[in-house]
Amino acid sequence: MDTATFLVQCLNAVQYGLLLFLVASGLTLIFGIMGVINLAHGSFYMLGAYLAFALAPWFGDWFVTRLVVGVALAALFGYVLEWVFFSFLYERDHLQQVLLTYALILVFEELRSLAFGNDVHGVPAPEWLTGGFHLGGLMEYPWYRVFASAACLVVALALYAVVNRTRLGMMIRAGASNRDMVRGLGVDIRRLYRIVFAGGVALAALAGMVAAPLSSVYPGMGSSVLIICFVVVVIGGIGSITGALIASLLVGFVDTFGKVFFAEWSGVGVYVLMAIVLVWRPEGLMKRGF
Amino acid sequence: MASEGAGNEGVAAGSVDVRNEVGALPDISRREAGGWLVPVAAALAIAALPLVLSPYGQDVVVRIAIYAIFALSLELLVGATGLVSLGHAAFLGIGAYVTVLASGDSGASLALLVPLAMGVAAAYAIVVGALSLRTRGVYFIMVTLAFAQMAYFVFHDTKVGGGSDGIFLYAKPVLAIGATTLLDLGQRVPFYYTVLTTLVATYAFIALLLGSRFGHALAGIRVNEQRMRAAGFSTTPYKLAAFTVAGALAGLAGLLLAVKDGAVNPELLSWHESGAVLLMLIFGGIGSLRGAVLGAIAFTLLKELFQSEALLGPLAGHWQLTLGLTIIAFVAALPRGLIGLGERVRGLMSGRAAHPAAGGSP
Amino acid sequence: MRLLQIASSASVAALLAGSAFAQGASGPIKVGLMLPYSGTYAGLGNAIENGFKLYVQEQGGKLGGREIQYFKVDDESEPSKGTDNVNKLIKRDNVDVLVGTVHSGVALAMANAAKANNTLLVIPNAGADAITGPLCAANIVRSSFSNWQPGYAMGVVAGQKGVKRAMTITWAYAAGAESTKGFTEGLEKGGGKVVKDLTLPFPNVEFQALLTEIAAQKPDAVYAFFAGGGAVKFVKDYAAAGLNKTIPLYGPGFLTDGTLEAQGASAQSMLTTLHYADNLDTPKNNAFRKAYAITYKAQPDVYAVQGYDAAQILANGLKAVGGDLSKRDALTAAMRKTPVDSPRGKFTLSAAGNPVQDIYLRQVVGNNNELRAIAVKALADPARGCKL
Repeated sequence: MDTATFLVQCLNAVQYGLLLFLVASGLTLIFGIMGVINLAHGSFYMLGAYLAFALAPWFGDWFVTRLVVGVALAALFGYVLEWVFFSFLYERDHLQQVLLTYALILVFEELRSLAFGNDVHGVPAPEWLTGGFHLGGLMEYPWYRVFASAACLVVALALYAVVNRTRLGMMIRAGASNRDMVRGLGVDIRRLYRIVFAGGVALAALAGMVAAPLSSVYPGMGSSVLIICFVVVVIGGIGSITGALIASLLVGFVDTFGKVFFAEWSGVGVYVLMAIVLVWRPEGLMKRGF
Repeated sequence: MASEGAGNEGVAAGSVDVRNEVGALPDISRREAGGWLVPVAAALAIAALPLVLSPYGQDVVVRIAIYAIFALSLELLVGATGLVSLGHAAFLGIGAYVTVLASGDSGASLALLVPLAMGVAAAYAIVVGALSLRTRGVYFIMVTLAFAQMAYFVFHDTKVGGGSDGIFLYAKPVLAIGATTLLDLGQRVPFYYTVLTTLVATYAFIALLLGSRFGHALAGIRVNEQRMRAAGFSTTPYKLAAFTVAGALAGLAGLLLAVKDGAVNPELLSWHESGAVLLMLIFGGIGSLRGAVLGAIAFTLLKELFQSEALLGPLAGHWQLTLGLTIIAFVAALPRGLIGLGERVRGLMSGRAAHPAAGGSP
Repeated sequence: MRLLQIASSASVAALLAGSAFAQGASGPIKVGLMLPYSGTYAGLGNAIENGFKLYVQEQGGKLGGREIQYFKVDDESEPSKGTDNVNKLIKRDNVDVLVGTVHSGVALAMANAAKANNTLLVIPNAGADAITGPLCAANIVRSSFSNWQPGYAMGVVAGQKGVKRAMTITWAYAAGAESTKGFTEGLEKGGGKVVKDLTLPFPNVEFQALLTEIAAQKPDAVYAFFAGGGAVKFVKDYAAAGLNKTIPLYGPGFLTDGTLEAQGASAQSMLTTLHYADNLDTPKNNAFRKAYAITYKAQPDVYAVQGYDAAQILANGLKAVGGDLSKRDALTAAMRKTPVDSPRGKFTLSAAGNPVQDIYLRQVVGNNNELRAIAVKALADPARGCKL
């Protein structure tokens, strides 16, 4: 493999990893703060992708506007969903949480089917992002993929800033370490949860919207993302955003280079990685903290 | 109290309150209404069904019975030991694939296939168990799911199996001594009764296991593992043993499923399958062997009902919606499942106030 | 609780006590359509059903003098549910004839069930070589193609164009593997070779890593097998990576059938091989296209043709036995031996039950696959492993 190809594959790996990070960070936030295992998190990713498909004719080339609108809609949806459904899950044991959120997946899949049908749909990238830049005669690397990586990076930095530099972030971190204390100090923990949940949904939906032109929208797209996200969270450590970032990039590299070198065994590679981490550090790479 | 534990689970993943995995459970080995009579009567009733059912109907009964065996194997993990595994379908699938792969073109003897299917499933269970049991709580759930997914990808992507199309079983297993065929699973009637016998044997085996010292150790682990460890008990070998036995039994169910369908497919290892068997347990009522069987029946029939165009017309196409909503309503309203409902009804009828059977509270 | 269990068993018994048995010589013929009505192949399933019903309609609604009663099952292109789904038609609905399906994996399940139950099966698309190979049977016939055929023809064309090093890319399932094998055989005949086979799991459409690999290896040509949504994405991604300017992309017609509108500029001038071309200027094809457009207000594609011919093959058999399904041997023999007057051109069926047909070379112009030449005439699938 020559340098140019290696570089391109690295770009592919990073781009995939960053997209995964967006979804996984939402999952690990929700899990770390509220202690709810949510199997339906992949459905939020799917929600974002289908939003991109649905909003496309309305916004044409105003791509960033479309993203902002989509994220806002998803956040609103997440806020309401937490209020109406998830807030009842906190008192339940993990098995019930698993089954209730699994049932939620079925419901979402069917609603998707009713709203959009079951066909595979392509979502075009905006005009100003078509084409690519030449990589020394090897191939063209699409601008859109560069944009996707950049967007994910921006969001990751914003997430870091919010969690570590704002009051909201302070409350989030406090609520993660000691919920009762926070409540005792007069913080409305329920509203905090609702905001965190809405944020998690928005992150996953954003990932879906950004990924839609790359992977098309199709039934069941949430499930495949979900399980990889679980692996990312296990490797990175529950509740740790930095861990999720490191783990996502690791997974991105294993997956991309696995496809090239190990072809048919590439799907297994990610799990082997997880097994190795489990032997070495059962609680994930970054144990706690953000 | 339960919420406290649920919240702390994510914060300090080392904290162990196993009750938060499955909530307060009745003592699984306590006597249920009717003792042994009820399961025996049920077995006899199922044995008599071929007299009234069409071949298609018998197919459905066999399918339910195989899933009941699968559910019973998971009950050993979830109900008895308190370990929630979201990857149990992997062992079902492995048992099924081993059966088909070992049968080749000319078929194989049951005497080879049964130990092979159960053995390979048990081997994978030991490896997965050893790694997964290093984690607790939600980590455990996610890790079991991930390992099932790994097995799924082995069969889906690589040349070990037939890829996403699966492989077909061209010659069904027989049990023969020399030239005499004792049992040909390719025939409908012998197969029906073989499955029924396996179900009864599995039920009896697990019931006896749970009544033994091993079973009592598992109960102790389920109720309060820290206390067991504080008393000097090494809990991991017991958990691993339960995990392995559960995996082997699931492998047996897989063998029967492969013979019934004449085909195996990677979707057998999918998490939808793992989720379905968990649903069967919760439908029937966790902590009860009868519940496992009942749950298998209820879930399968419910799915058939919701997919039946004859009964539901156009709504049948949207069975995921009806099933999903039903599950939510059921789990939310009846967390103790059908068995729990039965107990409440019995309590009401005998004039006592309804109470959750609280054997095993600390 | 026992009551519940017994009650539910009783209701199961009532539900499933079996419907009326299949009719031998009178009453309507029960046709079981097992096709994808959802998912990535839904459009294909609809086209096949439309084609089938169009032929029946042209015969006045009757085949062999008997009415047709349809039963439908959505197979969702899921091989894991294939056996269960086909058993619904065979055992619950007791159909006389099975028609289906698109996905090869599901069709394999149908073929196995048809063999086990000796049910008539006409396959209007799925090209799994095994069905007219080791699984061949007198009661199974195919109105479409074997995966090997268009691949082989494309390989021959590539060889003629001087391709020496080629790469293949497809999903990791039977249809993909068989198609690329056909291409490899055809190419090797012309003196070339395939240097690498790339695969990804079905129905994954993240091609980026593999496209990079293609760019790195710099083959003379690439042969791709995808269909439906995957075909749209691949051709677009291939063009987005700039590869269509330097490395010609070949494929069987599925890469560009029914997908041109979505693919737009990225597919222009592509060469594909298939047993059909939209603009075949024959009386039969023109009449067919006109009738289809009037009836369904849409343009037909190769899948509609295959559905149409499936009905035709069945009708040929029924005509020979006067609609009497109990004369099974004569029925299946007539289905095999009668030449089929298809919109694609006349074709015959091999002993294994697969069409022996011309494979056309087509080129994409605008939204059509236009005929350029006949790639291979009267190509028969080698039917390896068939004992008929």
